[in-house]
Amino acid sequence: MAADQIVFWVFAPISVGSAIAMILQRNAVHAALFLVVNFFTIAVFYLVLGASFLFAVQIIVYAGAIMVLFLFVIMLLGVDRDESLLEHLKGQRVIAVTLGVGIAVELIVAIRAGIGFATKGAENFDTVANKGGNAVALSRVLFRQYFFPFEATSVLLIVASIAVVVLASQKRRAITRADAAAAAAAEREAA
Amino acid sequence: MSTPISSFLVVSALLFSIGTMGVLVRKNALVIFMSVELQLNAVNLALVAFSRLHGNLNGQVLAFFSMVVAAAEVVVGLAIIVTVYRRRQSASVDDFTVLRG
Repeated sequence: MAADQIVFWVFAPISVGSAIAMILQRNAVHAALFLVVNFFTIAVFYLVLGASFLFAVQIIVYAGAIMVLFLFVIMLLGVDRDESLLEHLKGQRVIAVTLGVGIAVELIVAIRAGIGFATKGAENFDTVANKGGNAVALSRVLFRQYFFPFEATSVLLIVASIAVVVLASQKRRAITRADAAAAAAAEREAA
Repeated sequence: MSTPISSFLVVSALLFSIGTMGVLVRKNALVIFMSVELQLNAVNLALVAFSRLHGNLNGQVLAFFSMVVAAAEVVVGLAIIVTVYRRRQSASVDDFTVLRG
């Protein structure tokens, strides 16, 4: 058994298990911690697949930044109480699990029909596609073939950060007509 | 590499469907959002696996872009959840049945 197979068969059950544990946890903080475990296993898969740059980015961006943001919001809102198990739609959970299993079966059938279960990746990936190291090869592709989309993502990030500043600003703005009327009344009162 | 590419694709398919179930079953808006992140990661894993299968780096570049978009999406989504929480004092989707404030 080759090294990459051992790594895969050790981390694949952890990955699927932590994902299942995440959706079964009633406490939001515990769910977030299981999601961190899942992100780390996905990072390991990236390493096995020869994407060492994405391995680092996955740990820094997902397991680091995004999960800190999630935990920060969970603790800021104080929603780390257990959620209620009351079903508002009858049979929602049964139908959801049926649909989820259906999607899994369909995707696995599609994988079998598409590439088959025995197809292996190219053996010379590290010497041809990853020539000069993964980061160098990836930046060559990124800045030559995908330069315009790269610039577009920078615009996207600026727009997103401006949107968050607008959304999170503490100043009370009139959102409904009732709010606007109340604000106008308060102004008249003051004058 | 002796692991078949389809093994990674099967793990990715399982993670995606678990994420789908999480979105459909859970009530806490934050946990629903985490399940969406799980789905995004499952698709990223499939992209990197296909990149390895085809022997070029286009899939990895696409996964990289998808990470950038996911980061922007998380920031905006969490800001929306915080804003809604301020008005309703709840993060449960059962309390968000009416969209107007």
